[in-house]
Amino acid sequence: METTLPAPPHIQGPSSKEKKYDRQLRLWAASGQASLEDAHVLLVQAGPSAVGIEALKNLILPGVGQYTIVDPCEVMEEDAGVNFFVEEDCVGQPRAKVSCEMLQELNPDVKGRYIAQPVEALLRDPEFLSPYTLILLVSPISSLALKTIATYAWEQHVPLFHIHSLGFYSHFTVCLPPSFPVVETHPDPTTTTDLRLTNPWPELSALAKEKTDGLERMNDHDHGHVPCVLLLLHYLEAWKQKNDGRVPATYREKQDFRKAVERGARIYNAEGGEENYEEAAKAVLKSLNPTTLSRHLREIFQAKECTTLTKDSPRFWVIASAIKTFESRHHVLPLPGSVPDMKAKSADYIRLQNVYKAKARRDAAEVLATVRAQEQALGRTDNPISEAEVENFCKEAAFVRLFRGEPLQVVSIDGNGNPIVGHEEPGSECSDGLKSIRLALEDTESLMPLYITFLAYDVFTNRDVPLDSDPAGASTLLHPAPGHADSSVHGDEHKLLRIALSILSHWYTGDSSEIGSRISDFVREIVRFGGGDLHNISALTGGMVAQEAIKVITRQYVPADNTVVFDGIRSKVWVFRRTAGMFRRR
Amino acid sequence: MPSLERSRKRWRHLDNVLGRTGPFTDETFVPGLETIQALERNKILFAPLLSRDCLSPNVWKNTIDVSNLNRQFLFREADIGKPKAVVAANFVKKRVGGVKITPYYGAIQDKDEDYYMQFQQVICGLDSIEARRWINATLVNMVDPDNIESLKPLIDGGTEGFKGQSRVILPTLSSCIECQLDMHAPRAAVPLCTLATIPRQPEHCIEWANVIAWEEERKGDTLDTDDPEHITWLYQKALKRAMDFNISGVTYSLTQGVVKNIIPAIASTNAIIAASCCNEAFKIATNTNPYLSNYMMYSGDDSVYTYTFEHERKADCPVCGNLIKDLWVDGSWTLSEFIEWMKEQPDTQGLKRPSLSKSGKSLYIQVSGLEEQTRPNLDKKLSELVSEGEEVVVSDQALPVDLRFNFIFKK
Ligand SMILES: [Zn+2]
Repeated sequence: METTLPAPPHIQGPSSKEKKYDRQLRLWAASGQASLEDAHVLLVQAGPSAVGIEALKNLILPGVGQYTIVDPCEVMEEDAGVNFFVEEDCVGQPRAKVSCEMLQELNPDVKGRYIAQPVEALLRDPEFLSPYTLILLVSPISSLALKTIATYAWEQHVPLFHIHSLGFYSHFTVCLPPSFPVVETHPDPTTTTDLRLTNPWPELSALAKEKTDGLERMNDHDHGHVPCVLLLLHYLEAWKQKNDGRVPATYREKQDFRKAVERGARIYNAEGGEENYEEAAKAVLKSLNPTTLSRHLREIFQAKECTTLTKDSPRFWVIASAIKTFESRHHVLPLPGSVPDMKAKSADYIRLQNVYKAKARRDAAEVLATVRAQEQALGRTDNPISEAEVENFCKEAAFVRLFRGEPLQVVSIDGNGNPIVGHEEPGSECSDGLKSIRLALEDTESLMPLYITFLAYDVFTNRDVPLDSDPAGASTLLHPAPGHADSSVHGDEHKLLRIALSILSHWYTGDSSEIGSRISDFVREIVRFGGGDLHNISALTGGMVAQEAIKVITRQYVPADNTVVFDGIRSKVWVFRRTAGMFRRR
Repeated sequence: MPSLERSRKRWRHLDNVLGRTGPFTDETFVPGLETIQALERNKILFAPLLSRDCLSPNVWKNTIDVSNLNRQFLFREADIGKPKAVVAANFVKKRVGGVKITPYYGAIQDKDEDYYMQFQQVICGLDSIEARRWINATLVNMVDPDNIESLKPLIDGGTEGFKGQSRVILPTLSSCIECQLDMHAPRAAVPLCTLATIPRQPEHCIEWANVIAWEEERKGDTLDTDDPEHITWLYQKALKRAMDFNISGVTYSLTQGVVKNIIPAIASTNAIIAASCCNEAFKIATNTNPYLSNYMMYSGDDSVYTYTFEHERKADCPVCGNLIKDLWVDGSWTLSEFIEWMKEQPDTQGLKRPSLSKSGKSLYIQVSGLEEQTRPNLDKKLSELVSEGEEVVVSDQALPVDLRFNFIFKK
């Protein structure tokens, strides 16, 4: 068996960039870092919250390429109480400028810009949003700007975050593009190895036969070093001969099989047992399951993009389609090829590892051939997909995920100032979304009532003004926050609750008194904050937003799909899927 | 000097929460000036929430390294090599006028109870489990039931990659760090024989270079994992060994990771956990809302997920439990035989230089001067030194607190 040896060592330590970013490169590698450095993040804010600045901080430190801050406000003294990136001596200066410069100090590799104007005015230029690859919108924001930016982001496939941070509470919705696949999801390696014990290929069976030949006659040292994977294959062979060629399938059969393995162990040796047999027995329950396709992968295989490739199909779909072909031919996915560590002699383990690696390479080569044939058929041979990308996809295939973004809908208000949201119509497309909302509302642990309160907050603070009304600043587009003055607390509680209950009545038709009382508590707490920000909560939320932004930018790990609500009193997060159907006018 | 009115103006947002009652606030919450003043008087010890790198318990004796810059917002390139505590304190003071911060650059173990008594709360983000256990035990031992001021809430946070946890500990009242040790099981070590004879993974080759090759070839040198020459030497040794065994995957970065036991860390997770800890400290200090009871696990690698629960106190916790354990011993053992036996028991394993005493009388004390005086006891039988049912106290540098045992003689 041939092994590729690493090139002789070049005694050059890590580069200065590798040193600086060492702790994060261990998570998302050079490929993730390159994506991060290509990104240009736009932050749009006009209110008091520092949540967007905090999120930027956590993107600038790991080296995002560029950021731009749009903020029409001047620094006020109260900003210094919630925002670490302004100073009291800067009162009166543009806040966008002050924060931009202070953030810039964090990392000289990053390019920062600012525009100290209302975003509503900037949006009149249709090209204004085109440089940005990810957009953060911080509430309060006029529904006008929100609608315009959300429409652009949806049409141009730019990921958009809509963020609230109010007192002890926060929320954000991630609007991903209509199709957002993630290949490198980083599943837990201990639960995800695919060893093919129940359906070994000839080379693996041959190795097992060779290495377990004369097992009973081996000396103690050899017997105690047969790799557990080969032991399992050996005992499975014996089991199959006794059971019409079947492998242990039921829990009971697996228990019996495990006992059969355990009986093979030598216990009268010097160690009083054998580690390789212990490993084999331990692996029985989880390694003998037939490999099945995940729900996510089935969805990918059935997707329209996978069944009808075009000349312009994204590379993801061309490879996914080739893997689908592989799967329908062999009824298994391409072998990932990794083998966990196990008690064994070095040479035996390396041989076993090479048998898995060789099979993985063969499987990937077959997928690659299908990809090449597709490229030929589609007339896209001028820009072929790299072999490395196909191999990587094959390795990750079982855990690939596809996310379907939803456009960000805004709660509108009718002539009487009442919110207009979707409501369930049996059999309609939004029915599923509303069903899950209803279940969430009945779950007393869920933060859905808090989410409704945030929606009501947006209705409360927004005046619907057309874009061409020449806004002098965001303030003319927004009502003061509920509870902004001590004298307004009582009246604002009443008004905010009325809006929230109105939204609830659209989404929940049963007896809603218990849900209503939970909403009422959230309303009182939100009015108590008076539109104010607590730095701890905006810093925490900025951290969560940055984590999600990094996942979206690097296309690694699994992003939240698609709405995250945080309760800083109980220290709990609630994630649910917000659908356009929840907001569609009827 | 700014007037009071001016300095409160910047806290307008905060004052809404401090000045108004909410639906979840405790009955004892007093909105307004009293709470604001209480917050201003609050003195909190921050054991480095910012540092996540160093594994020695002397976490405060830590200077800034270039790899800190990717996640620590208080440090700039010009600060490399300076003490973290000092740079961080100066920076925060500049940004937030009115806050008093005293940097302390040294080992937390060098400070005594009087030092900790001056604070209302302790927030800690120590990365070594030893330092955590030490500060936890100190705060538990400090609690005097007759003096409410002696109970200092301990808020602890830690991160790894996209995951982290924060917890609130009320010493002696709720589950303590020692009660929760099983939540942070250390990774199993690779057996020495695997390293020596049958390596299979690149990590085995690196550990071999670290544990065996260095000992054999550079015995006199103390391995300094921050010295690039040392890491390069280990890397080359490991690479050579890996080639001998046809193992691939040894890199400089992996060598560094294994040898320094590097835990991946990012700014965003640190922000989440640090802010969560400060949020709990704020709620405890102001009573504006109920605080966490008592553990939040945060996970951000697969969607976003929190698991918030109350970790139960362990009645037999060696630190905060008040049970004295019964210990069955053989009266005919000598004291020195007993000490050797103790070093192999699960509760007392890893003892280094244990000292033993009973009701104020020394049995064997490993402190120069006292050691000579008590050494003759080592050869005496246990039954001569201790009577049945008598309480014996064992202390050792490896134990966060003294252990108490009732001696019962096996018949
Ligand atoms: Zn305890």
